[in-house]
Amino acid sequence: MPKDTGIGASPKRREDLRFLTGKGRYTDDINVAGQAHVAFLRSDVAHGAIKGIDTSAAEALEGVVRVFTAADLEAVGGIPCGWQITSIDGNPMHEPKHPILAEGKVRHVGDPIAAVVAETPQIARDACEAIEVDIEELPAVIDMKAAVADGAPKVHEDLPGNLCYDWGFVQENKEAVDQAFADAAHVTSLELVNQRLVANPMEPRVAVGDYAAHNDESTLYTTSQNPHVIRLLMGAFVLGIPEHKLRVVAPDVGGGFGTKIFHYAEEAFCTFAAKAIGRPVKWTCSRSEAFMSDAQGRDHVTKIELALDSDHNFTAIRTETYANMGAYLSTFAPSIPTWLHGTLMAGNYKTPLIYVNVKAVFTNTVPVDAYRGAGRPEATFQLERVVDKAARELGVDPIELRRKNFITEFPYATPVAVEYDTGDYHATMDKLMTMIDRDGFAARRAQSEANGKLRGLGVNCYIEACGIAPSSLVGQLGARAGLYESATVRVNATGGLVVMTGSHSHGQGHETSFAQVVADMIGIDEGQVEIVHGDTANTPMGMGTYGSRSLAVGGSALVRATEKIITKAKKIASHLMEASESDIELKDGKFTVAGTDKELAWGDVTLAAYVPHNYPLEEIEPGLEETAFYDPNNFTYPSGAYACEVEVDPETGQVEIQSFAAADDFGNVVNPMIVEGQVHGGIAQGIGQALLENCAYDENGQLLSASYMDYSMPRSSDVPMFQVDHSCRTPCTHNPLGVKGCGEAGAIGSPPSVVNAVIDALNSGGHEVQHIDMPLTAPRVWAAMQG
Amino acid sequence: MTKVTMTVNGTARSAEAEGRTLLVDWLREGLRLTGTHVGCDTSQCGACVVHVNGEAVKACSVLAQELDGAEVTTIEGMAEADGSLSAVQQAFQDYHGLQCGFCTPGMVMSAAALLKENPNPSESEVRHYLEGNICRCTGYHNIVKAVMAASGQEVAPVAAE
Repeated sequence: MPKDTGIGASPKRREDLRFLTGKGRYTDDINVAGQAHVAFLRSDVAHGAIKGIDTSAAEALEGVVRVFTAADLEAVGGIPCGWQITSIDGNPMHEPKHPILAEGKVRHVGDPIAAVVAETPQIARDACEAIEVDIEELPAVIDMKAAVADGAPKVHEDLPGNLCYDWGFVQENKEAVDQAFADAAHVTSLELVNQRLVANPMEPRVAVGDYAAHNDESTLYTTSQNPHVIRLLMGAFVLGIPEHKLRVVAPDVGGGFGTKIFHYAEEAFCTFAAKAIGRPVKWTCSRSEAFMSDAQGRDHVTKIELALDSDHNFTAIRTETYANMGAYLSTFAPSIPTWLHGTLMAGNYKTPLIYVNVKAVFTNTVPVDAYRGAGRPEATFQLERVVDKAARELGVDPIELRRKNFITEFPYATPVAVEYDTGDYHATMDKLMTMIDRDGFAARRAQSEANGKLRGLGVNCYIEACGIAPSSLVGQLGARAGLYESATVRVNATGGLVVMTGSHSHGQGHETSFAQVVADMIGIDEGQVEIVHGDTANTPMGMGTYGSRSLAVGGSALVRATEKIITKAKKIASHLMEASESDIELKDGKFTVAGTDKELAWGDVTLAAYVPHNYPLEEIEPGLEETAFYDPNNFTYPSGAYACEVEVDPETGQVEIQSFAAADDFGNVVNPMIVEGQVHGGIAQGIGQALLENCAYDENGQLLSASYMDYSMPRSSDVPMFQVDHSCRTPCTHNPLGVKGCGEAGAIGSPPSVVNAVIDALNSGGHEVQHIDMPLTAPRVWAAMQG
Repeated sequence: MTKVTMTVNGTARSAEAEGRTLLVDWLREGLRLTGTHVGCDTSQCGACVVHVNGEAVKACSVLAQELDGAEVTTIEGMAEADGSLSAVQQAFQDYHGLQCGFCTPGMVMSAAALLKENPNPSESEVRHYLEGNICRCTGYHNIVKAVMAASGQEVAPVAAE
């Protein structure tokens, strides 16, 4: 029977009530008395030298408060990058300055040149059009391989070229990998593109800066997944404001998917300008503006090779990837193609030798950074595509080829520097087989063929690394921050709890699931636990929500803090009941003394903590409030097996998804309803990548897909109902809840099965197509069928 | 600036509007009814759907001045008189048809309009009707279930499929 409450139950989400009645409080709903509005004049060319900016006509417009250009921001630092990668030659990556407003040059369409602060957003936008900018357009570099060719125009003149870094991993293994390829019985190779995507949370970014002269304190309201990180980066590196004079609030946030992790120029500008003009300053991003200013995702061009012996054991993997950084380094950007991609190239397979080479490249495009999955979808896609291609070349069953090479013993140290603690890849594959009726596929294919359609089945596995991250490890890898998480549990006198977390919910439902964990541990009603997040003024310093880390890292901090509360509460109870501390038990919100009928309610003990009339003051302090910081000692490794069935119309190339099934191992599950919702959303984004979405630039760097008219978001009629299962559970061994994380799995696991299915369908119709680059639109599929 | 008056959620409300002021901005900025959201600038996403004279309308696609005297219902007016959730709202909570909540007001308003037109829609009718409402979080699975459940049809309970 499903549980009604606590860990493992699916209570209705408490946050839904405000969202369903229009009472959510998103950043754009916040207006501060006296606020002015800012609009940014953005570059309409991809690369150009700024010869002059004439703001006089804009300044003369009624309602314009002030116009800012780079000259007004000389005291302000550039946007910092949070990771440093070291190249094969031992040199650190090239790290160009990323100014708030363009300094002398624009480097991508959308690069902000000037900012107009005005009485209304309309006046600010009108005034932007009145600014005259003299730009000498320069040749733009868009294609990555062209960008690193000799003589290519430079995105940054002060750098030797457009190569940010050239990373080899594990460099010491390279010779052995090359030897394995020389010795291989069979080598399958595949060149592919993991296309550029735009995260597109439905809430565009917003920032409201405010400055209080009476105490010299700045406040920023912003659409962020991690307000403490923004406070640290913006305060310490951009504006020079100490943390105790800077508050960052991320209230209800309408989706993130990675793109709201990063510190953006507009946040720093609003905070800076509020002090400069002595008024609050608000910026609301339009969707068109978001397409040219939100960090974008993916954009890898890869060659992968798989070596097999004569028994079809995988003996080596070798990859070369060009990873687009865009024009500047966004906060996490250098880590995505390296530590979140190279380390996952073992996948679910016991390949003994792996070498990954990544060349990160600057181009005249919007910066690229983490988007749902971040590096892991790219790793999974190339690996699961090359395995499928190998099976086709060898004439073996693609599922059996995978099974033959599965890792089966744990812990398992991969040749790419990570150690999987647990997993059972046969179990998720077995489960998947029960979900998809593989035996019935031949009949379904025959039926499709009778209807004039080609039917295909695609299967793939995935592994990911979540719960980032062990701080000592990521420090060695180039992270400039720790990646622990925090929680403060404050028990009030009458027994209710306020839990303050450094994690941030922007759709994940922490207010419900975190309360389940705490209430379950104490044995009280979930309604007595309030979850507070998103405000640096009332939460402990935490690193926020991304990389499927909230429950695995933030939830672990929550458990540790609650354990401290329980320990102290038992101590108080033992005093009140005159019993030995070791005899006190806490169950269902009651303290009892083992072997006696003595009992105290939770509220009796919490009251005593704050009304310490009869209290062991010589042993413990009054009050009941504890904080814990949890730093994991490993990543977590969710895994699974996914399957997709498609029909392809041979006349048009149109692909229609017939069914989609996902068997995931997330370890223990706190709220199955929320977990399944996360998987549904991830799969839809993965199907979007496989079939629909493409962030496209022309050869001059003009963004061709800058609205929902041009960028194809998955809509309700593009996706089917999904079959999802999380009953295969190998709990994480190194966090207290045994949880692994579920936020990104769907987006990581789904693109290869869709593409594998289409390739299967085409081959069933006699089209010997080996690969089609995503998105598999009808014209692309049709063209592939024509050879 | 012109004073525009509409009956909003059953009450006569007035606020100034420029000629270019969209209904959605008039609601959000003029009346401070911030439940109606702006998710795009090309009338594609549907986060701003409200009911105007009983019809579902994208509030970013009409000018406030043209609607003087109109009857408008927003998400703030969808609950029952006693404050409890309407059947559609309740189904969205029961079936986890929302995550970040940003598309939700428009989604609920569209779903309510669909059920008024078609009280017993099939899955494919629900999906077709909601094509103008983009959700990036849910993959639509639980939204479709919620709408069908709100129509009184049997659907599998959450976390039990």
